[in-house]
Amino acid sequence: MTQQTTPDISLEGLTIGYGETVVVRGIDAVLPGGKISVILGGSGCGKSTLLKHILRLHPALAGRIVIGGHDMAKLDRRGMHCLRQRMGVLFQDGALLGSLTLGDNVALPLREHTRLSEKDVRERVLAKLGLVGLADFHDYFPNELSGGMRKRAGLARAMVMDPPLLFCDEPTSGLDPVTAAELDQLLLELKRRSDMTLVVVSHDLDSMRTIADHVLVLGDGRVLFQGGLAELEATQDEYLRRFLDRQALARTTPRLTMPPLDFKLMKRDCSGYLDEQQS
Amino acid sequence: MTQERRAQLSPIAQLGDAALRLVGDTGAMFLFLLESFGRIFRSWGQFPKTVRQIYFIGVKSISVITLISLFTGMVIGLQMYYALAKFGADGFLGAAVSLSLVRELGPVLTAIMITGRAGSSMTAEIGVMRISEQVDALRVMDINPIGYLVSPKLAASIICFPILTAFFDLVGIVGGYLTGVLLLGGNSGVYWYRVSAYLKMNDISGGFIKSLVFGVVVCTVCCYMGYYTHTRRDAVGPEGVSQATTAGVVTSCVLILLADYVLTSLLF
Ligand SMILES: Nc1ncnc2c1ncn2[C@@H]1O[C@H](COP(=O)(O)OP(=O)(O)OP(=O)(O)O)[C@@H](O)[C@H]1O
Ligand SMILES: [Mg+2]
Repeated sequence: MTQQTTPDISLEGLTIGYGETVVVRGIDAVLPGGKISVILGGSGCGKSTLLKHILRLHPALAGRIVIGGHDMAKLDRRGMHCLRQRMGVLFQDGALLGSLTLGDNVALPLREHTRLSEKDVRERVLAKLGLVGLADFHDYFPNELSGGMRKRAGLARAMVMDPPLLFCDEPTSGLDPVTAAELDQLLLELKRRSDMTLVVVSHDLDSMRTIADHVLVLGDGRVLFQGGLAELEATQDEYLRRFLDRQALARTTPRLTMPPLDFKLMKRDCSGYLDEQQS
Repeated sequence: MTQERRAQLSPIAQLGDAALRLVGDTGAMFLFLLESFGRIFRSWGQFPKTVRQIYFIGVKSISVITLISLFTGMVIGLQMYYALAKFGADGFLGAAVSLSLVRELGPVLTAIMITGRAGSSMTAEIGVMRISEQVDALRVMDINPIGYLVSPKLAASIICFPILTAFFDLVGIVGGYLTGVLLLGGNSGVYWYRVSAYLKMNDISGGFIKSLVFGVVVCTVCCYMGYYTHTRRDAVGPEGVSQATTAGVVTSCVLILLADYVLTSLLF
């Protein structure tokens, strides 16, 4: 298969992990091209790990990752370059370069991979920052921003080359509901306008219900579910139901037995001091 | 290998393990050097980055180099003057000061000072980027992290070390003049005559080659330590970065002195 604008991503018998520790075993799944696939699962179940393996930041322990018909493990350097230049990635915590301003961060791929003039670069960067609502923060450094702002800036950087493949690790976590909904609309718009293949990791059920065409649920070191959104909503699997249905969750989760609270743990008791100050 | 596995090894096996790691690290460091050197000339985009690094490594080191070289020269002037005067040879002070500075002390002390100032910050900078996934971010943007982070530093080191060494030598010789001539009353004309008469091109080019080698060694070791912070076995996270920085500086200094011995015996 050659240049395909909306590449499928297929995972064949994929086992992922770090060194000798396996995180998820035997993943067989297809993330369809031109659609939004949402990877869902509890905290620590290996969603980010799966993303990093698809990006080939870590070698797969077993199995194959095939993107647009190309086996990632068999690609040579040149092929890897071509593929990476067609990907945009938002890391879970943004991963902006700390020593560059926001504008320079977003401009980095443009400056490295294109021959655009400085003026065009600036224009493009401002447009993308505008999309995520950060146009006024062009000259700020990452450590001068909030967590949510860093994440949005990371998304701007991931989108700046208009890649046909976009990977987002929890784009909406740490954002207020309004901004989160705006980002969801942005992702939908990207898919509609440019036929992008999006892979989105998320905990956020509302956001998942808004954007997902295809869902992959991880848990328990394996794939628990894959398929369309309607199929997922109709599932009778108990674990999945608990995951999907907050109310069911509240009903079925056993009440915690809290150990008694002890407010006098501090080595030196200061409460007397505060009272004195007041009087 | 996990911590427990290693504790179970017999002392001999531990020695073997350490030896294997040493050989492996040396090889990996050499490949790291080749790759970063090759990427210096990949694109014009490296030029502005190199200029920025020259500013950090070179320009910002000038004040500390001035200070150190002036005092080194003054101490040598003082020390040598008394030693030479004992044999009535105080006229040779200029030759003694300039030769010891240009051949040995200049390159070595400059390299050690820059290691402390710039080498440690190279390791820390790259190490922090590694543990906060910024290196991974570069990789997925298809920007080679070695080319982006290390090559400009290497180019800047290759340019800065010899220049700073020359500067060190010059200021050091002036320092020797300050104590040996102005303070202790040696003959000014004889001092400068002996400097120019005894300092041969061979000495200067030897010192130049030394400083080039030291520049490459310091930059490679420090950047390598930072780049592989995440694979350290002794510590992780911020502590890993601090251990890597210490290891980078210590290894650089040891290698500087080692290389100095080898080069001195080969060159002069
Ligand atoms: N560098 C690493 N080395 C070894 N194990 C790791 C590493 N990173 C993560 N893990 C382990 O892999 C598992 C999955 O981690 P991962 O970050 O993929 O979770 P996640 O699904 O993204 O969780 P979250 O939703 O909280 O981000 C965890 O149990 C974690 O302990
Ligand atoms: Mg994660």
